[in-house]
Amino acid sequence: MRALLTTNAELVITIVKIALLLFIVLTVNAYLTWFERKVVAHIQSRWGPHRVGPHGLLQPLADGLKFLFKEDPTPAGVDKFVYFLAPLLALALALTSIAIIPFGPDPIRLFGHDIYLGIAPLNLNIGILALFAITALGVYGVALAGWSSNSKYPLLGGLRSSAQMISYELALTMSVVGVLLMAGSFNLRDIINAQARHPERGILGWNIWPQILGFFCFFTAAVAETNRVPFDLPEAESELVAGFHTEYASFKFAMFFIAEYTSMITVSCLCTIMFFGGWLSPFPASWTVTHYLPSVILIPFGLWVIMDGVRYETIFGRLVLPAMGTAITALGLVLIVFPQVNAFIQAPFWLLSKILTFLFVYVWMRGTLPRFRYDQLMAFGWKLLLPLSIVNVILTSFVILAKMQWGAQ
Amino acid sequence: MTTVETVTGAAKTMVLNMGPQHPSTHGVLRILLELDGETVVKAVPDLGYLHTGIEKSCEDKTYSQVITLTDRMDYLNPLGNNLVYCLAVEKLLGLEVPKRAQYIRVMMVELQRISSHLVWLGTHAIDLGAMSVFLYCFREREEILNIFEMFAGQRMMTSYIRIGGVALDPPAGWRQAVDKFLRMMPSRVDEYETLLTQNPIWIGRTKGVGYISPEDAIALSMTGPTLRAAGVAYDNRKVFPYSSYGEFKFEVPTRTESDCYARYLVRVAEIRESLKIVRQAMERILDEGPIKAEAPGIIPPQREKMKTEMEALIYHFKIFTEGFSPKPGDAFVSVESPRGELGCFVASDGSPKPLRVHFRSPSFINLQALPKLIEGQLIADVVACIGTIDIVLGEVDR
Repeated sequence: MRALLTTNAELVITIVKIALLLFIVLTVNAYLTWFERKVVAHIQSRWGPHRVGPHGLLQPLADGLKFLFKEDPTPAGVDKFVYFLAPLLALALALTSIAIIPFGPDPIRLFGHDIYLGIAPLNLNIGILALFAITALGVYGVALAGWSSNSKYPLLGGLRSSAQMISYELALTMSVVGVLLMAGSFNLRDIINAQARHPERGILGWNIWPQILGFFCFFTAAVAETNRVPFDLPEAESELVAGFHTEYASFKFAMFFIAEYTSMITVSCLCTIMFFGGWLSPFPASWTVTHYLPSVILIPFGLWVIMDGVRYETIFGRLVLPAMGTAITALGLVLIVFPQVNAFIQAPFWLLSKILTFLFVYVWMRGTLPRFRYDQLMAFGWKLLLPLSIVNVILTSFVILAKMQWGAQ
Repeated sequence: MTTVETVTGAAKTMVLNMGPQHPSTHGVLRILLELDGETVVKAVPDLGYLHTGIEKSCEDKTYSQVITLTDRMDYLNPLGNNLVYCLAVEKLLGLEVPKRAQYIRVMMVELQRISSHLVWLGTHAIDLGAMSVFLYCFREREEILNIFEMFAGQRMMTSYIRIGGVALDPPAGWRQAVDKFLRMMPSRVDEYETLLTQNPIWIGRTKGVGYISPEDAIALSMTGPTLRAAGVAYDNRKVFPYSSYGEFKFEVPTRTESDCYARYLVRVAEIRESLKIVRQAMERILDEGPIKAEAPGIIPPQREKMKTEMEALIYHFKIFTEGFSPKPGDAFVSVESPRGELGCFVASDGSPKPLRVHFRSPSFINLQALPKLIEGQLIADVVACIGTIDIVLGEVDR
């Protein structure tokens, strides 16, 4: 047994990593719904979920259970195979794309193996291409769902999203070409490392400054690609009832739901990696004081949770919230006491904070913006985003060429 | 003539059944859409899913009992419905309503107009995907409903306006409540406008959408903000002033673009004008004074009198057992509801129950224009157009 494990160590590690990442992504997904509902609620001067568990923290669990136990009727006249395939496809592709994201630069040393954060191999030199290939396939989930439901609203939703996702795929891909030119690689790790060429520049070294046009195109196209407000036309509830997933109920609907949220996470990761320096700290490398920033954030937050918890209305909340707060505070203290742990945590900390910021922007847009119309969306994609991203590519190439010509002296 | 049956769909088109259960048809409106891709080739509204028979039921009630039925017609404008019915009956009876009651009526109806426009703005915005505006509007509507509850004991089906006056004296502290609302509201309207008026997506979704020419609008008897957005400054409060509206200073906002955006701007401007009217009405309402006309046998006597005067007791008994009987004849009165010209026709045959009560409901008549607004547009515009006509299905079907 031990021999088997040692000979197949890489395989075992990968399987464990996959299981772990799946668990984390699905949990984060669940709590993303909680986060979205809370943030949107506060934007709209409401409280949001607050009945199930303290501050509604168990609401995602209740929702998940509800999805599992709901009746799952299959409408008459659907194309059974495709009807079942569509949500599976959507979910599987959305989850697969996460596998390509690296979550930290340094390996953890366990059982004599260097274990890197992230599933994809280190030298995956087609990184971003593979990611785009997978997300591009995601349109099949939506299109097939719309077609196989044998209903008119889903059909319209499916048609809309096929057109939308294919159109914005172009702008999405073109807008990152600038970044790829600057990094000279498709590998996501290389792209981040390219932004760290001048460690003393910190935030000023990130791609966002030279590539601001590219970022604008990329983020807009990405929002459209994930079917979120203001580009949520395929499921525009006020027009198409629920769009492509009108005829889906129970867990099949949940699969679409999880797929959408997972692709939100993927896109936020990509934005961070391509334009915002991935796991790099925004401060110059010599400011080692900033390494204590995680603790500085975690300890007061933990104390606040404890404070809030002891005053909470329900007994359950008074037990759980202080415990959570204590855990958070303890984590903050651990980071101060063990410098190695603190150094290791820096990269994931920055990566996660940036991803969270992007997710917040997603939710914020949902609370603020109305929805585009179908023809306006197409016009926006083809007549504005695509030309802009092409201009960006040309400009970037010229600058790089100019630097090569004259910058050497 | 296009009817529901004639919508069959040619070889290249698809027939989409929108409603009666649909998130954006504002109730149970059913529209049959013939689509070429996403473009609407033909649209036929199909009504009657909320037919309650209110007009018929009125014939079996005494004149006073009808008031509670009118509340349930246009459920966003119950006080306006009360008002138009009471004005019609008062015209039939030749009653003179005391000034104080008239001002109270004006104030309540204008508050109602604001609340109705808030519901309109919220639902229209959520139809176009702007979710937060919906909740902001309902937050402010809540304040108005609280004021109604203060006055009438009810939030929606108030039945506050009665034949010959209003039901109750204004409650203690009403001035502070209304004043607080009036001081809060302008900044809140600014807030909605910040989110929408200059928003490029909002402008893109509404500007140039659902155009109707002033000639067509007049030919289809459209009234209310929909007509005023086409540049026709027709407002019953100005044209046929009722309930002392002639004494109030206010503008009639108009636009000339006649699209969804113009209708939006007109309604938002109307909210601001209504605030002015409420302010003026509040200042005119005296602390003391009668709230009901003097008309023994028609208006229920005061409690005090019933205990001291025998006649008052008899009248009270007769009003609540039999009702009162106007002379044979008929009367028609129309007011400006938030949706347009709301008319009421009451015919009497000399019995204590009306022979016929008919309402000219603006929602029903404005809805005729829907096919004209949406044919040739996209599905997404259908939603925007239904929204800007501002229909209330309870009033469409009656």
